[in-house]
Amino acid sequence: MRFRTSLLTAAALLALAGPAFAADAPGVTATEIKIGNTMPYSGPASAYGVIGKGETAFWKMVNEQGGVAGHKIDFISVDDGYNPAKTVEQARRLVEQDGVAFLFNPLGTPSNTAIEKYLNQKKIPQLFVATGADKWGNYKDFPWTIGWQPSYRTEAEIYARYILQEKPNAKIGVLYQNDDFGKDYLAGLKDGLGDKYAKMVIKEASYEVTDPTIDSQVVTLQGAGVDTLVTAATPKFAAQTIRKVYDIGWRPLHFMTNVSISVASVMEPAGVEKAVGLISASYGKDPTDPTWKDDPGMNQWRDFMKKYMPGADLADASYVYAYGVSLTMLQVLKQCNGDFSRENVMKQAANLKDFELPTVLPGIKLNTSPTNYHPIRQMQLEKWNGKTWVLFGKVLGGAGS
Amino acid sequence: MATLDTSRPAAAALFAGLSLRAWKVIGLAAVLAAACVLPFTISSYQLLLANQVIVYAVALLGLNILTGYNGQFSLGHGAFYAIGAYCTAILLDKTGIPYWATIPLAGALCFVAGFLFGLPALRLEGHYLALATFALAVATPQLLKYKDFDFLTGGVQGIVISGPDTPGGLPLRSDQWLYFFCLLWTVPLFVLAWNLLRGRTGRALMAIRDHPLAASSMGIDLARYKSLTFGVSAMYTGIAGALGALLAQFVSPDSFDLFLSIRFLVGIVFGGLASMAGVFFGAIFIEFVPNLADLVSKAAPQAIYGIVLIVCMYLMPTGVMGLLRALGHKLGRLVAR
Repeated sequence: MRFRTSLLTAAALLALAGPAFAADAPGVTATEIKIGNTMPYSGPASAYGVIGKGETAFWKMVNEQGGVAGHKIDFISVDDGYNPAKTVEQARRLVEQDGVAFLFNPLGTPSNTAIEKYLNQKKIPQLFVATGADKWGNYKDFPWTIGWQPSYRTEAEIYARYILQEKPNAKIGVLYQNDDFGKDYLAGLKDGLGDKYAKMVIKEASYEVTDPTIDSQVVTLQGAGVDTLVTAATPKFAAQTIRKVYDIGWRPLHFMTNVSISVASVMEPAGVEKAVGLISASYGKDPTDPTWKDDPGMNQWRDFMKKYMPGADLADASYVYAYGVSLTMLQVLKQCNGDFSRENVMKQAANLKDFELPTVLPGIKLNTSPTNYHPIRQMQLEKWNGKTWVLFGKVLGGAGS
Repeated sequence: MATLDTSRPAAAALFAGLSLRAWKVIGLAAVLAAACVLPFTISSYQLLLANQVIVYAVALLGLNILTGYNGQFSLGHGAFYAIGAYCTAILLDKTGIPYWATIPLAGALCFVAGFLFGLPALRLEGHYLALATFALAVATPQLLKYKDFDFLTGGVQGIVISGPDTPGGLPLRSDQWLYFFCLLWTVPLFVLAWNLLRGRTGRALMAIRDHPLAASSMGIDLARYKSLTFGVSAMYTGIAGALGALLAQFVSPDSFDLFLSIRFLVGIVFGGLASMAGVFFGAIFIEFVPNLADLVSKAAPQAIYGIVLIVCMYLMPTGVMGLLRALGHKLGRLVAR
């Protein structure tokens, strides 16, 4: 009987001890931190899968260099096929089966939306999500979810500031895609122009993704007397807009969303000479831009790529993104000072102070706080000269939301 | 009767005097018992997977009624799955209707949608019907994003919903309850389908599949049967969609892309056309093989998926159930000898 009691006590103690330790810092052992991630390795958005591969290589490098505070990183990246229902399943697998400490850089706006409630209920950090939507800075409702890159809204706000500075009497027209992406730009312009919005923005024109062309919208905007055009269009429509604006002999000051500044998919189809003078904004260094040919920061990235991703396409900006966002994660882990509990990881993710990355433009600093969940809020304007984008002016900041 | 018995000596002699039919009943009871014990033996995540398999099985059953039994091809059943899912999500989001009441409503809506789609589809046969339904699958995600439906569908953002809570007094976790809730829908739906398919209606459906001309000369109303089958099939898949929405607690246009419809077709062909048990094998395939492919290769998971599928179809050209039947047949002959 006594033997049985002691056995029971031991079992009870073990049972208590197990969860008690796990509750301290789930996903963390004396030698290892488990980090989960979902990526579209298959499906319609599988081009983004290279981000996951870049991150896997990054953590391999960190481990070879000794890990973080004596902990190796076990980075578990799984495929969700860009299907939110699958993301839910995979996130639960990572949390419940693999027992990860937190999720880092899951990709996609719908995918992250699908899991944010679950993760916040369980108080599991959802760190530096890979999406440009503005909603990822909602620290009040979702304190365990934080964004990373500048949102579309921040970008639009920066355009507004520039217009106020350089062309205070501008008659602004907005051409936007009628969805969340396009509407974020309207919201950003409102942030930046404030009460002048009603006076300065004289025409808003929208189009549907299903529309064949945007010709009539462009003509309407010109007819309304617009002299400053802000275009929030996806690449195909962006190219159409640039061409149409030029062909009807209209020369407004033209701002283009940085979603649509690719040379191959926008500038060349539109006609490189027709786009001269176009203005956009960036936060990262473009791996194909000759300006950064001998840049120490980009060389650091190139060395990493050479060693850990041999044979990968060095013109793919997604690898630069993967490297930058992973360095941010590494910084958070370093700031944790050995305490990798979920609370502390989240606390440190919201405690970045003037953190600089080798892969973002000089002068851009990452800052977060318990009331600022938009780490990157600065961008620099750039102008298309017919061959390449040329940065100009100072780094500008947006307040975000 | 005596002649019937001697024509199938294997069935009568098989395994300790029990007929094949008796063994089937015992097997079914065992599977059901196992399904009831399951949620208490596995982790919450594994339960989610099991639940997803059940939901897919219902969706596949819907498609199999149409394609396997009635011979009408559909590459667009993902659309009915989406309609069912959105119906439940919108009702939960906008009205005070309890979650359990949304399931029959979603089923009814999908029945009507399927029936209406089946009417014009009557004019289309084989490949042409496959293309028409394919168009449905292509259009669905875009329609869900359409701005005039935005106030209902939530556009690109989709709708986040809350999963059901365990009703008061039941000693179950909410995910265990959801599993039993899905099971409570699944079992009657399978019984209903079984009743429908083994009798007169089922014979009519198969007659239409095998020889439409002969079927109609025997007095079977082709138009009525085909459009009703479309409706019933869509209803099953729609109910599965509704249950799937409760499971994922989120719907968005990206959840219901073209691949979903194709996965359904893969599921019924893999499991075995015109087989009710086969849909479970199909559901297991479409749920787990993508995960396995991801384990093998991050670079080309879809290629791995394709290879697995080709190998499976090469080894089992009539699906899992076809293979099992052939094995059963051989075994029967061995026993008889």
